[in-house]
Amino acid sequence: MSTLASTAAECRPVMQPVPAVIRSVTKETHDTFTLTVAPPQGDPVTAFEPGQFSMLYVFGVGELPISISGDPAVRDTLTYTIRSVGQVTYQLVTRRPGECIGVRGPFGTSWPLKEARGKSVLIVAGGIGLAPLRPAIYSILRHRGDYNRLVILYGSRSPRDLLYRKEFEAWGLLPDTQALATVDYGGVSWRGHVGVVTTLFRLVRMQPQDTVAMICGPEIMMRYAARELEARGLPPSQIYLSMERNMKCGAGFCGHCQLGPYFVCKHGPVFAYREVKPYLDLYEL
Amino acid sequence: MAAPMRRKSWRLDAEALGALIEALIKQGYVVYGPQASDHALHWRRITGLADLPRGWTQDLAPGRARLEPDGGDALFHYWMCAEGLKAVLHLPQVRVMAARRENGAFRILDNPPPAEKCAFVGVRACDVAALFILDRVLLGDRYADEIYRARREKAFVVAVHCTASAPTCFCASLGTGPRARSGFDIALAELTEGEAPEYFAEAGTAAGMDLLDKIGAHPAPPELARSVEQACSRAAAQKRRVDAHAAPQIIDALFDSPHWERVAKRCLACGNCTSVCPTCFCVNYEDRTSLDGQEAERWRVWDSCFTQNFTYIHGGSVRASVKSRYRQWLSHKLARWQAQFGTPGCTGCGRCIAWCPVGIDITEEFQALQASAAAAVLPGKE
Amino acid sequence: MAPTEIRQVLASHPFLEGLPEKYIEMLSKLAFEVSFDQDEVIFREGDPSSLFYLILSGKVALEMAAPGRQIIIQTLDAGDELGWSSLLENTSKQFRARCLEPVRALAFDGARVAALCEEDHEFGYHIMRRALELVAERLRATRFQVLDVYSPKGARGR
Repeated sequence: MSTLASTAAECRPVMQPVPAVIRSVTKETHDTFTLTVAPPQGDPVTAFEPGQFSMLYVFGVGELPISISGDPAVRDTLTYTIRSVGQVTYQLVTRRPGECIGVRGPFGTSWPLKEARGKSVLIVAGGIGLAPLRPAIYSILRHRGDYNRLVILYGSRSPRDLLYRKEFEAWGLLPDTQALATVDYGGVSWRGHVGVVTTLFRLVRMQPQDTVAMICGPEIMMRYAARELEARGLPPSQIYLSMERNMKCGAGFCGHCQLGPYFVCKHGPVFAYREVKPYLDLYEL
Repeated sequence: MAAPMRRKSWRLDAEALGALIEALIKQGYVVYGPQASDHALHWRRITGLADLPRGWTQDLAPGRARLEPDGGDALFHYWMCAEGLKAVLHLPQVRVMAARRENGAFRILDNPPPAEKCAFVGVRACDVAALFILDRVLLGDRYADEIYRARREKAFVVAVHCTASAPTCFCASLGTGPRARSGFDIALAELTEGEAPEYFAEAGTAAGMDLLDKIGAHPAPPELARSVEQACSRAAAQKRRVDAHAAPQIIDALFDSPHWERVAKRCLACGNCTSVCPTCFCVNYEDRTSLDGQEAERWRVWDSCFTQNFTYIHGGSVRASVKSRYRQWLSHKLARWQAQFGTPGCTGCGRCIAWCPVGIDITEEFQALQASAAAAVLPGKE
Repeated sequence: MAPTEIRQVLASHPFLEGLPEKYIEMLSKLAFEVSFDQDEVIFREGDPSSLFYLILSGKVALEMAAPGRQIIIQTLDAGDELGWSSLLENTSKQFRARCLEPVRALAFDGARVAALCEEDHEFGYHIMRRALELVAERLRATRFQVLDVYSPKGARGR
């Protein structure tokens, strides 16, 4: 028998979904819903780090990667905020409490909460990108003493697309915390900021050397934000992005999620800007 | 795997080879060998020597892979099947999950991987190297592919050293051939100078050694081993080559090279290269349901990075142009694979060159890229 | 505001950061304080340019309207500048500027500042340099905004 490299395989076959019951479906915006699901009692799919994702399966329809958007300290349910944009996401958001979806995971790398200890944290979110960042915010708030200032900047298309509005306002009222939202298109009744999320940077007082930035949103937005933050003095090793590519397996087998030399499912989705910077500006990489 | 030492070697005639195959079948192996079908060689079940393509040879050149009769008695006078061993070990289609609706929820059903005890007779050195590469990708990383493992674990490999190279071969430049150094249970070499073909055999594992002893093979005379060594050395003088060690340094810098557009004008994005490549591993997952919607299955099928929607975000394809897809394939195969898995993904088998309908030659393309990289740094360039 | 206060405010306004003392002095003689109520319109689309503002407090919306559509393109806050086109001749305002909150600002007659730039080219360089950086930043942000990255077609799968 020829050499077989030893493996770090998990006990359960990694391609096997766990049926999980839907506990609640909450409408966040006109096209975005938050699901909480409960896997079987004590199943290890619920232990996750902020930034990781699950592969969610709809019986007979398909499977795709969805970031976990809930509190990592909660161990009996998993929370996902999903925007309905295609067949599988439509099926996910139209499930009812009591129905079942399949869960695999968690997969991927996580936000650098350990590395950010002792520093200020700048959260930059765009659109549904606030969802993968919310577990990091929960974690930081749970260990608030470990961090200096917390600044949350959030940009969305229009006021009706803003996620978690009540929570967001509550965050802004916490001590040593700044939460600013902006939209690309303000309506008549919007009295907040209008402009892309990078226009909020000038309103934030921070010590660049002392700050860790965590960015999540459409790729163009992350490119602009990271570039702008670097221009303002943040070291690239202290800027983190959550990259996205289509994934069929989440476990490094299917090959679809490759970004240059990286598999987004294994080496990401959270990357240090330093790692992905050479690849971000390559069109059609 | 033990380091290659001076191995014990045997001499077999055709009859002994037949006995070898029989012994494998008796041990419960499903024995695969190259078989001619659809004008090409494919890995198929064989029951004896008679199933092997005696008297056939291949004409391999860019855009040409023809099977031709040569009227001889040789059993291995061709080079390779259209696909590598991935056709049997990394199945083109396999069910990965079955589930049934139950009580408003659904239950995952038992779905054991199709484990087969396979033996392969006629595996070229490049394909043995491909096995190492696939092992690293599918078993040696964070997660293991259980389906691949179930078949790979039990596989018995009878390799064949190449005593001549095809024009499309470039394994020597990648260190993967023409002679297999390890990764086999038994390795043969076919020598046809005499009246009848005779076979040099060496064992790579204890299991291989046992089998050779069992069929009562005679020790090989030293001149046989020498002939094989000489023939393999001659076969290593190949026209084509790839300097894979140079790939990682230059591939990023050449991203916007106009050369890619030149290749793209010819490339059909047909995906033949990825089908025949022994190391391409990309797959897709398909959902199939019963008509009444009560049962659902997930099937894993081979996929190719040449398809337009292979990689997409934001409702659009990341690599819309053929140019970007060819660039992705070559860059991955020669350069990025090294960052991911420690070796190039290419074994120099040359299948992509022969099976490309327009004859695009990866060695030629890479050399052109190397040349443009060198031109860019030459001092005093006008 | 007393002249010394005006000088201090100008010296610490981000737009004029690093401007040599003597030029702060020059500008402070041209500056006059203005204030607007919430919902007051500072200038309309098409207004012939005249005034240029450094915002001290409050929030201003730059907006555009067409029948059935009214869009705020950008909002400006304390520390921002409004009406840079006044520094150029023959340019009229492209948007309407409306106060979302009560606004205090220092205003300048753009034509007079432009004349000073002509007389003293070093001063002119300083002002135009800053105006150029400001316009470049707005252009970047605008181009990014144009991409409409959050639209349903540009949505994330997760």
